[in-house]
Amino acid sequence: MFAYTIRRILMLIPVLFGMTLIVFLLIRAIPGDPAQVILGQQATQEAVAALRDSLGLDEAWYTQYFLYIGDLFTGDLGESIRTNSPINEEIWPYFAATLELSLFAMIIAIVVGVNAGIISAWFQNSWFDYIAMLLALIGVSMPIFWLGLMEQWAFAVEFEIFPTSGRESILNPVDPITHLFIIDTIIQGRFDQLAVVLKHLILPGVALATIPMAIIARMTRSSMLEVMRSDYIRTARAKGLRMFWVVYKHSLKNAFVPVLTVIGLQMGLLLGGAILTETIFSWPGIGRYIYDAIGFRDYPVIQSGILVVAFVFVMINLLVDLLYAAIDPRIKYQ
Amino acid sequence: MAELARNDNPIQPNQQDEKPASPWRDAWRNFRKNKLALIGLGIVTFFIILAVFAPVIAPEGIDDQKISTENYAKLESPSSEYWFGTDDFGRDILSRVIYGARISLTVGFFAVMGSVIVGSILGIVAGYYGRWVDTIISRIFDIMLAFPSILLAIAIVAVLGPSLKNALIAIAIINIPNFGRLVRSKVLSIKEEEYIMAAKAVGMKDSRILFQHILPNSFAPIIVQGTLAIATAIIETAALGFLGLGAKAPTPEWGTMLADSRQFITDAPYTMIFPGLAIMLTVLGFNLMGDGLRDALDPKMKS
Repeated sequence: MFAYTIRRILMLIPVLFGMTLIVFLLIRAIPGDPAQVILGQQATQEAVAALRDSLGLDEAWYTQYFLYIGDLFTGDLGESIRTNSPINEEIWPYFAATLELSLFAMIIAIVVGVNAGIISAWFQNSWFDYIAMLLALIGVSMPIFWLGLMEQWAFAVEFEIFPTSGRESILNPVDPITHLFIIDTIIQGRFDQLAVVLKHLILPGVALATIPMAIIARMTRSSMLEVMRSDYIRTARAKGLRMFWVVYKHSLKNAFVPVLTVIGLQMGLLLGGAILTETIFSWPGIGRYIYDAIGFRDYPVIQSGILVVAFVFVMINLLVDLLYAAIDPRIKYQ
Repeated sequence: MAELARNDNPIQPNQQDEKPASPWRDAWRNFRKNKLALIGLGIVTFFIILAVFAPVIAPEGIDDQKISTENYAKLESPSSEYWFGTDDFGRDILSRVIYGARISLTVGFFAVMGSVIVGSILGIVAGYYGRWVDTIISRIFDIMLAFPSILLAIAIVAVLGPSLKNALIAIAIINIPNFGRLVRSKVLSIKEEEYIMAAKAVGMKDSRILFQHILPNSFAPIIVQGTLAIATAIIETAALGFLGLGAKAPTPEWGTMLADSRQFITDAPYTMIFPGLAIMLTVLGFNLMGDGLRDALDPKMKS
């Protein structure tokens, strides 16, 4: 296991360098003079020259790349053109907002998805099974930005149950410590604010959770069906164990490994979905940060934002692989 | 009982005239038995017909502004005259949704075709020649897959500039590694088959082996993966359009229509119901068809 962990981490190094190279090339791939494009046609010659200089565009490209890598190693993610502040200083609140939303969505997806899958398998071919699987089928095909809009219309506009957008009350803002508002409000004992924060999380959380929920439900169902046909389950039932324990204890344990893989993969994909969800619900997360940066042609922010998300994505995949190896003793790595 | 009766009949007169069962005929027979797959095929066919015959089917043109007695028939609720209502310019939403099928299906199809062609070539080269060529190509695939795909598409469009054409290019690029890996693994497994060795032994050229023997053997998984990829590509096109990074108004692209109708969420929610429903149905169709094809063509590939 230790050797596998080391090997798996070493394998990441070329991928990480490749990612930085792609992100680095992005800004250089802009047709024409990137500095001119960023500043627009009305910009003065001096301003363009100054930006070229600050982006290091006058150096040879490999020098630029090494400078860029050097900066990354010291934690320097560049400077936002829009706000003129260092990106590594302003990125955390956005990142925390996305993290909170994604984790919340993932919890919904796992709790609902796994249970729906289990019950569908338990009562195979029942009405519950048919309806759950029909919903899962639709869920997989759902454009989540549309689902988000529909939720907004139904639950925020028609019935004003949940707020339409944002992550806190403007009149009563959360005092940020970690910028994970659930944690912040609990630390400060502000349970009135915690309720508000949770209310803001529900609609975007459900929208973001839909696709992983559907996929997890389908995976759990098929994995459970396979396990429940095995001999040891028949034995457990024959000795008179209550069905509930047979399903939730004996079967689930063995059925969970493939489900876990799917959960890991979906966690990574959530980060992509977060961009769309954040746009709809004005969620001040990293997706929105990147999206706004595109409008302002704030290329350093686009670059670093994408790099950070991709980095997290790769790390999650690494964790899933390692967890997978740790959980399932049948998997042997040479 | 009916089945029993049929099996009891020892003579099946048509059987002798039939051609020997080809794998494609087997696949079609399996596909036909799968109800969900047929529903998927039905939905896809429906939207293809809408797209092809849009000028005939659509009651109005995409830019026709309906003028009633007093003023523009702006933001009218769905009625017998305008089934899906009208938008803020008084344009018939039903007609725009029908024309939208053209855009989504075309972009979805050509984006996936692009990724299939480029991905297959790279996959074949990597799998067949192996060694450093394989290492380089496979690493590039790994790196591309290290990004969440929609993010990579957004990045590419941010660089190329927002337009429908660039959205198509971006979607084609992000799907390349999926097909590349698929074809590569297929090539690796076929390469060792005896008939390929035989072909080599009789002195057949590499290019001929690749295109006459190896590529046709990868068709089944490519078709399955391709159908499912069209579903994703349609969502991605709409997502980019929705974010303002794809088709631009007044193009009746479904995602762009959704973005335009957001401002009427209180007054005219129906303006955003139908374009979204169209996206969902089309995607559902391709997903069902893809799942059915997978079961019919390649039972081992079940996820």
